[in-house]
Amino acid sequence: MGSRLSITLLALAALTTAAQAQDKTSDVIARGEYLARAGDCTACHTAAEGRLFAGGRPMPTPFGTIYTSNITPDPETGIGKWSADDFYRTMHNGRFPDGGLIYPAMPFASYTKVTRVDSDAIFAYLRSIAPVNQKNKPHELRFPYDNRQLILGWRTLFFSEGEFKPDPTKSAEWNRGAYLVEGLGHCGMCHSPINALGGTSQSDAFKGGLIPMQNWYAPSLTSNREAGLGDWSIKDISDLLQTGVSARGVVYGPMAEVVHNSLQYLSDADTRAMAVYLKGIAEASSPPPASSALPNTESSLLISLGKTVYDKNCASCHGTQGEGKPPHWPPLANNQSIEMQSAVNPIRMVLNGGYPPGTKGNPMPYGMPPFAGLLSDNEVAAVVSYIRTAWGNRGTPVSAREANELRSAPLN
Amino acid sequence: MFARAAALAAMLTALAAFDGAAAQMANQPPDTMAARVEACTPCHGNKGEGTSDVYFPRLAGKPAGYLYNQLLAFRSGRRKYPPMNYLLEFLPDPYLEAMAEYFASEHPPLPQPAPSEVSKDVLAQGELLATSGDAGRNIPACVSCHGPGLTGMQPGIPGLLGLRAAYVSAQLGAWRYGTRTAKSPDCMQLVAGHLTEADVTAVAAWLATRPAPADPAPVPKGTYALPFGCGSQPN
Repeated sequence: MGSRLSITLLALAALTTAAQAQDKTSDVIARGEYLARAGDCTACHTAAEGRLFAGGRPMPTPFGTIYTSNITPDPETGIGKWSADDFYRTMHNGRFPDGGLIYPAMPFASYTKVTRVDSDAIFAYLRSIAPVNQKNKPHELRFPYDNRQLILGWRTLFFSEGEFKPDPTKSAEWNRGAYLVEGLGHCGMCHSPINALGGTSQSDAFKGGLIPMQNWYAPSLTSNREAGLGDWSIKDISDLLQTGVSARGVVYGPMAEVVHNSLQYLSDADTRAMAVYLKGIAEASSPPPASSALPNTESSLLISLGKTVYDKNCASCHGTQGEGKPPHWPPLANNQSIEMQSAVNPIRMVLNGGYPPGTKGNPMPYGMPPFAGLLSDNEVAAVVSYIRTAWGNRGTPVSAREANELRSAPLN
Repeated sequence: MFARAAALAAMLTALAAFDGAAAQMANQPPDTMAARVEACTPCHGNKGEGTSDVYFPRLAGKPAGYLYNQLLAFRSGRRKYPPMNYLLEFLPDPYLEAMAEYFASEHPPLPQPAPSEVSKDVLAQGELLATSGDAGRNIPACVSCHGPGLTGMQPGIPGLLGLRAAYVSAQLGAWRYGTRTAKSPDCMQLVAGHLTEADVTAVAAWLATRPAPADPAPVPKGTYALPFGCGSQPN
């Protein structure tokens, strides 16, 4: 009797332990999925109409086309034979399990900040998804960039290995935000100037730059004259990151992709932490106002034509005073995205229009039509010059030539 | 007394809330699909009736399933037209479905057919292909799938009326060269593959001369059997 009871108890105990272990595993996998979202792995590792994480997406770079790799657990063509150590080394140090160097299109300069625990969770999640047997396509890089040894030089200049180190003088929330923005979020990949060698120096982190190949300007996150969020409320920043729209403006271009694939899935607490950090890194003092290359007479002609174009085509949504109807019809008055030194984005918005991403918080966004076919180069330049200088905006006029050059910018 | 005060307070609060909501509404875009698709209308017309640009198609009254398939194909890049690919890239399925439903349910009148620029012989060749096909060359008649009235069939086969020759010709060309594709079996690619350039010109020209029928609505699903399998119109 006694022994039967103890066997039953033992069996029960074993069952409970197994169940607990399973719970723990599924918790880790769920956490890994969340972190993979935060890292926006899918943006590159899933091709259009392709299977989840099977790679094969072409990534145009100034050096040629890179094809993303299969990160499903397929043993032959994916990462099925990798260990958690291998995966950590890839994330942390930018090297394949055999020691081979990874092109820095993979943001390992950011992912190096990810903790071992988080790396293991992402690995556990990737191990849990459906394996896809799909061979990686060889990259099509021009000489001399097809020589992986060149990556060593890049690494020496631009890569410093190391997990995120919290700043003890800042709050836990600020540090969590910093960890997400600098690490998995890899925001610096776009929001830092890229030099001719395809790298970013530490001192230029988050200072903005034109995204190569895409011809969208990723504004500085540290200057309040660009996308610095110093005078934004935490709520407006959080709304922008989580839903794609806010009282101050909406996301568009490549940032729409980031919100769509990644940021909308982050918890309220993590979103808020990122907002706190982003607000914190913005510079209090503004650099001197930008100056225009256009002669004054030309500018004033453009601006007066611009008002006519605006009143006819834009005012019905954005308001006669640029006040908009936020969050869906964004205000143009006091909108940093319009005033900043680079006029690339406002010109492209006029030419291409766009929808903010459909998100859980904003599933049916309002959109703006493309005006490329409706307005001449001169009219585009005029209306952009007008919105950059009207209603107290402190931007500068733009030329018809600048507008014309962006007509051929790639759309996807 | 206290209860009455509380009731009054509650009423006032409710009124204040109502006021707030009204003010909020006044300062917001209309909560309608019409306002949400304003990004589409400069090219496709306010009700999807088309515009003066002959390459931008009429959307109004086409079967919602067809329009939804096109939206999905533009979003994934399978159907290539960069301005459309770009606009739709980050919009979720249910929203695209709602857009398709919106334009499917609009019924602005079909335009008057424009006088054709091609010869009578070419129009006759177009009519022959569209209404009888050419069995010897494996070309089915347009009407065998798009319906005797060319108004299409629910849910996936579009009507061919109200489209300009330039648009139809460009689409047939895109299928012939494989730049427009649809779900397998890709029936239109198979058909277009058998067409010559002269066939395309003739069919597109004849279709553009068709007057509006009494009932321009697509016929219900299953009204007639398709001559061959079509991925966009599952049985």
